[in-house]
Amino acid sequence: MDTFGLLANGLAAAMQWQNLIYAFIGVTLGTAVGVLPGIGPALTVALLLPVTYRLDPAGSLIMFAGIYYGGMYGGSTTSILLNTPGESASIVTALEGNKMARKGRGGPALATAAIGSFVAGLIATLALAFVAPWVVRIAIAFGPADYFALMVLAFITVSAAFGDSPLRGITALFIGLGLGVIGIDLQTGQARLSFGIPDLLDGIEVTTLAVALFAIGETLAIAATSANVKDEVIAVKGSIWMTLEDWKRSWPAWLRGGFIGFPIGAMPAGGAEIGTFFSYAAERRLTKHPEEFGEGAIEGVAGPEAANNASAAGTLVPLLTLGLPTSATAAIMLAGFQQFGLQPGPLLFTSNASLVWALIASLLVANFMLLVLNLPLIGLWVRLLTIPKPWLYSGILLFATLGTLGANGAMSGSLGPIRFSFELMMLLGFGILGYVLRRFGYPIAPVVIGLILGPLAEQQLRRALAISQGDPVVLVHSPLAIGLYIVAAAAVLVPLYLRLRGKGEVLRQLAADED
Amino acid sequence: MSSGTDLQRRPDGAALVIALILLLISLVIFWQTSTMRLPPLQARVGPQVFPYGIAAGLFLLSIGTAISAWRGKFPARTRDNYGPVAWVIAGLLGQILLVSWAGFALGSGVLVACTAKAFGRGPLWFTFLCGTVFALVIWFIFARGLQLSLPTGPLERLLP
Repeated sequence: MDTFGLLANGLAAAMQWQNLIYAFIGVTLGTAVGVLPGIGPALTVALLLPVTYRLDPAGSLIMFAGIYYGGMYGGSTTSILLNTPGESASIVTALEGNKMARKGRGGPALATAAIGSFVAGLIATLALAFVAPWVVRIAIAFGPADYFALMVLAFITVSAAFGDSPLRGITALFIGLGLGVIGIDLQTGQARLSFGIPDLLDGIEVTTLAVALFAIGETLAIAATSANVKDEVIAVKGSIWMTLEDWKRSWPAWLRGGFIGFPIGAMPAGGAEIGTFFSYAAERRLTKHPEEFGEGAIEGVAGPEAANNASAAGTLVPLLTLGLPTSATAAIMLAGFQQFGLQPGPLLFTSNASLVWALIASLLVANFMLLVLNLPLIGLWVRLLTIPKPWLYSGILLFATLGTLGANGAMSGSLGPIRFSFELMMLLGFGILGYVLRRFGYPIAPVVIGLILGPLAEQQLRRALAISQGDPVVLVHSPLAIGLYIVAAAAVLVPLYLRLRGKGEVLRQLAADED
Repeated sequence: MSSGTDLQRRPDGAALVIALILLLISLVIFWQTSTMRLPPLQARVGPQVFPYGIAAGLFLLSIGTAISAWRGKFPARTRDNYGPVAWVIAGLLGQILLVSWAGFALGSGVLVACTAKAFGRGPLWFTFLCGTVFALVIWFIFARGLQLSLPTGPLERLLP
């Protein structure tokens, strides 16, 4: 069957009413957490994993994808109205978007972000549908050594391209890899680094780590600085509709953003923010209104917002076809697949074709829903920003502990006569780790990706070396692996160079725009 | 921060501590891995290779971190207030020690009260009450509705 046929079948599955409900819950939750500061899509999916354990796999995964997409839509709202980007992918949006909001053009800024996300989301989802089978065909021929090289590449790109320091990125990755070793080695049954604690024999749960780093760590970081920061929500004044002029200036930016964002998400070239930087730079160079840049140019919102949505769809290419997560949310989604006993990779496209295509098609559905949810209901979402911090963060912590207790609530620790949950203790410990990492400028995503991808990489490495009877030359035996290692080396050097340039530009902007 | 010449910046003490912690973790992994008893019939690439690699990596990273800290290359940090941080941690610890016997609602009430206090909302008895009632509702939805196994205490037993 060709791609169109598969996609049509997937669309039929995605349009079943229960899947529509899952998609709707997903996009609604996703938009809400995207708007709310302090929680993002990765945390939300991690919290929902224990709840969805008994639900239908396809429906749950459709919901997770909806959350991912919704988070990208919602993130722009905080950037534009609050000037505090909820995630790194909307830093650039804040540059022009907040300026527009201050000039009373918040409505058109939000509209161009939403419609741009929709346009780019459609382009990227179709691109995903056509690129994925092609990647699968190549990936079938991959041996263990090639997979290992691919994972090394992913490790390098996610850690060295995230954040502003390769040293700190790689340190974060190695913390994750170290945590991944804990537990029973699946091939020999040996306990590793478990220090005689029975709870550690099963390894560290990805969800516990993610919830701790994102929810507890973030709450601690906000609590520590909340006295110094004053948030100012800018009310949406005037018409939310874009003028004809706005449309004319936005649509080329949307298309460019979509085509820049998708390959960068898919490559894997690191975070979605790289695409937004490229898109912003492109719009700046191509604009007919250079004087407006830094003062609220609509292209500067349209392009990057389109790019970050497109790269969100792009990250699903390596995730679905190779089982390779390149963002924190993708890593948690991989844990979601594993929870249902599914291993993303080329085989998934033959063994669970209907599920994969329903998931891809559901992205199209989610995009339509998000457009409807976001344009007319923007006022409702903005009201979420007025939830007082004490209630917001105690709610986040309440749900974080609820999810952890629900997933693994055995009261296996004891302090005198009091029994306590070892899992909650780990949640607290990793939460403090998350706070320290944030405080010292370490990126969080590589820790999560290291934990989930480390054991898979080790498995491939040992398989490759077992086949070659311990000869390490096998690792660089195929041209593909050599190529991947070269790309990995380039991935350290090139983004560093681009980042210094791109970031310098953005930083200069920020410095010039401070009022 | 300028990425260029900031030679005037002093060594960063806290970052040096991080380098030390990384070094310690690396040594612990080395030590733990070396004490593993391997079965006699062992593939040449056994369960020790990966941990050793990670330990070696962490060792190198701790040196890199130390150099970076010595040159003051870490991003500038804002002055943090540790009071609120301590309140949040106290709330989490309180919940951890309470849930097994006092139940989810009361334990979470303490968590909510402490967190609200950290963000400047009081008084404690009021936020505790709100938190407990809210957590009881949540408990009812998730434990009864979604069959999630959540700790039960005196308050939860009152519910049908």
